[in-house]
Amino acid sequence: MSIVTARRISQIFFFLLFLWFCIVATLGEQWWQLRGWPVNWLIQLDPLVGLGTLLATGTLYAGLLWGLLTVIVTILLGRFFCGWLCPFGALHQAVGWLANRGRKASMMIAANRYRRGQGVKYALLVFLLAAAAGDLIGRLLRVSIDSPAKAAGIVAVMLVLIAGAARAAKRSVKRWTAGIVMAAIGVAALSLLTDGSRLLAASLQTGLLDPIPLFYRTVNLTLLPLVDGRLISISAASRLYPGVFAMGALFWAAVFLNLAVPRFYCRFVCPLGALFGLLGKNALWRVGQKADGCTACGACDRYCEGGCEPATVLRSPECVLCMNCLAACRHDVMGFHQHASAAGEISVPDISRREFVATLAAGAAAVPLARLAGMTGEAWNPAVIRPPGSLAEGEFLQRCIKCGQCMRICPTNVIHPAGLQAGIEGIWTPVLNFRMGTSGCQQGCIACGNLCPTAAIRPIALDERLGKGTFQSRGPIRTGTAFVDRGRCLPWAMDRPCIVCQENCPVSPKAIFTREEYRPIRLGGDIRLQGITGNRLLIEGPVLPSDQLATGDYFVAIDGRRNIPPARIADIGSSGITLADNPFSGAAEKGDRVTLLVRLQQPYVDPSRCIGCGVCEHECPVKGRRAIRVTAENETRERRHRLLL
Amino acid sequence: MTETPIDRREFLGRCTRAGFSVAAAGALGFGFYDSSGPDGLSGAGASVKIPDFSIPDMKGKLCIARGTVQGMDRAATVRAAFEALGGMKAFVKPGERVLLKVNAAFASPPTLGATSHPDLVAAVVRLCLDAGASRVTITDNPINDPASCFALTGIDTAARRVGAEVVVPREALFERFTVAGGRLIRDWPVLYAPLARSDRIIGLAPVKDHHRSGASMTLKNWYGLLGGRRNIFHQDIHTIIQELAMMIRPTVVVLDGTQSMLTNGPTGGSLSDLKPTGTLIVSTDPVAADAVGAELLGRTAADLPYIAKAERVGAGTADYRSLNPKEIQVS
Repeated sequence: MSIVTARRISQIFFFLLFLWFCIVATLGEQWWQLRGWPVNWLIQLDPLVGLGTLLATGTLYAGLLWGLLTVIVTILLGRFFCGWLCPFGALHQAVGWLANRGRKASMMIAANRYRRGQGVKYALLVFLLAAAAGDLIGRLLRVSIDSPAKAAGIVAVMLVLIAGAARAAKRSVKRWTAGIVMAAIGVAALSLLTDGSRLLAASLQTGLLDPIPLFYRTVNLTLLPLVDGRLISISAASRLYPGVFAMGALFWAAVFLNLAVPRFYCRFVCPLGALFGLLGKNALWRVGQKADGCTACGACDRYCEGGCEPATVLRSPECVLCMNCLAACRHDVMGFHQHASAAGEISVPDISRREFVATLAAGAAAVPLARLAGMTGEAWNPAVIRPPGSLAEGEFLQRCIKCGQCMRICPTNVIHPAGLQAGIEGIWTPVLNFRMGTSGCQQGCIACGNLCPTAAIRPIALDERLGKGTFQSRGPIRTGTAFVDRGRCLPWAMDRPCIVCQENCPVSPKAIFTREEYRPIRLGGDIRLQGITGNRLLIEGPVLPSDQLATGDYFVAIDGRRNIPPARIADIGSSGITLADNPFSGAAEKGDRVTLLVRLQQPYVDPSRCIGCGVCEHECPVKGRRAIRVTAENETRERRHRLLL
Repeated sequence: MTETPIDRREFLGRCTRAGFSVAAAGALGFGFYDSSGPDGLSGAGASVKIPDFSIPDMKGKLCIARGTVQGMDRAATVRAAFEALGGMKAFVKPGERVLLKVNAAFASPPTLGATSHPDLVAAVVRLCLDAGASRVTITDNPINDPASCFALTGIDTAARRVGAEVVVPREALFERFTVAGGRLIRDWPVLYAPLARSDRIIGLAPVKDHHRSGASMTLKNWYGLLGGRRNIFHQDIHTIIQELAMMIRPTVVVLDGTQSMLTNGPTGGSLSDLKPTGTLIVSTDPVAADAVGAELLGRTAADLPYIAKAERVGAGTADYRSLNPKEIQVS
């Protein structure tokens, strides 16, 4: 079997595995549903997820350690992930192959030549990682030496820096001293400027362009909901995700750009590929030419996936190890060796020091700029309701990679990707939308936190969510509080009995309770009592709508008989009103004015019981803008949003 | 066809660098590995400690000074009142640093009586400095914009004239604090830096009507040391005042009833909200001081639930007559 066939099998395998993981991320016990399938494995293997969260939080969460395996193999072999494993790369390769079938060799060689723009992905990587590193820089600037281990660590770092500086000093003493002075001034200025200021902040935005979260998100939110139907039946109710147009547009743009340049995304945009390009600088084995035999026929360039120009000076950070050049070469010149390509090799990524520093500074400056909007502080948006178990907003934004796994697994389809309501940083992060989906956030469900690959939504236990057992003292997790809109609520504003919200409140005792009120109904004129026979009141007045008034919610009162409680209407006949029980016998007289009342149960929310699950909002019959709505007030994840004592 | 010879030196160098890279990646990965994830309980740090500023020998001292109802001289009255309790020297020792917690809650002029009067502030500062205080600091975390409050109340000008320092609150001066045995003040931001830098604390408050708590006097005045979204505490105003009484054990408090705000409190806004009551109270017992003040508002200590609550936690005595107050007349 040729190496290219092996590579193709690997790509197809991982592509199908990826699709399979997307499909089985469905809550249920069927063999094709989530029952232990490692659906996050590809995300965990993606070291950009691990590195990004490590920079942003100082921790590497559980399964993300898998990324270390990818890193180690990449250090030894180069970008194997891109050519052999990445499902997004496989898709691009397939589309590029389709688009270029039958093209002349010269055209394909031209399409696959190296372009300066391929350096852009390194700039994107540096930008995104710098944006995630603000907190880390702050911590390093304010490190206090309180343990021998820390002191040893600092001494080690200093030694490395001095050794590096000494090497540089051999080359140019002047530049060396200038560099040291500049660095010292830089650190001093940074530590002074950033103390107590807003100049440092961290936000994890790698997921915007990181291919694995991007592909997961796109398939989860824009492709599966489209094909989900009778043939491929994944969800009980078809899924909707408002605001995913831009998400889909980004995906399809990436796909169609393969028509212009094969693997366009991988070559120009992919920050993960850029990371691999940097890591593979010292790869022990690498693609390249042998010393003799090359006829400069260019066949290797024709099928080159990375645009690394194996025919001439090979740019090894661009090589995705597709091995097409090995198969294409008719002179057996191309191989995978321990030595560099005989025709020459450039093993450093194409990003100048100037570009590196500029993008680093831009990334580090972008997040503080975004934070000036105040959305992680005073200007927090109460419409941003995060899934139960979500961290406080600042920490949340340091972990969420926008992969959409929580939205995919949510059994009720209430988790949606945010547009700009959570700020520019919060784009495509999960928010709860109770107007959509099959029900609110189910009280007995903890799926999203247990699927979240980065613990932006913590993996809570059911006891913690409900505030039971060892979590009794903390109380339940609240995602917000429901507020009754009395101007829209049927019993409050429109004299119609309802209280669907109270019935559906899943908390025990219920967070929604009611108070009773009798209100006179509107009629075309006065009703006067003519006489009483048994349970029947004979009346004179406008025609009464019997189908409405005999429903059990309507009552009769007689003016001036205040001490007699309203009596329920059992039936309306041609000549009068039949009461369920007649308290007026002997207590009312002919000519008394009769008032018809509707009994209303008006809903109130007890904020100490409400958990913000949104079932009430989902069920409210005022379907457009609901008459009871949840906002993030009193959510447990942010102490500052506390409403009660 | 010949094999390309491998440059040994180059290859070994690459092996070394790759080896170091793998080791570094491994060290980072395992070094920062976190199997359980965050606990979601961020921010619950250790609480700072606020010392007891009271003087043991001076417990239960109370002086009620009465002056002419119209145009009482605050400076002369407060001087006489302190004199009656043994002089400021009994409270402030030479070299001590004194913090005056004034009421600068609103950006309104001193004539409207919503804030501590600058004449009184200046007089107390002078007394402290004359007693040998090394430094007098004035602070409050007001409701309106802090800088405007200190400027418009006249407190800033008065303080600078007599050589006191005004600390305008900013984020860096707050620390999280928990009242031992408290229910509300838990892990809550408190204007701590000026407290930490002081040996004595003197509370300075006007007598005011307060719609929620009944009255705002020396105990309610400590509310101005709280930071954060403190307005949620209004849901249980009497308990928060009780906990404030537990939080701050002052050296002495000065309750200014030269005039009292009887209506439209605590902001006032009109001269017709004020009534001249010609009384000034100096006390080491803030509960007793407030009990006296309640009467100036035409109420009794029993009308103000927080007074009994503060008494219950040992912050003072509601029955101020049992303290055998010194009552003086200042003409």
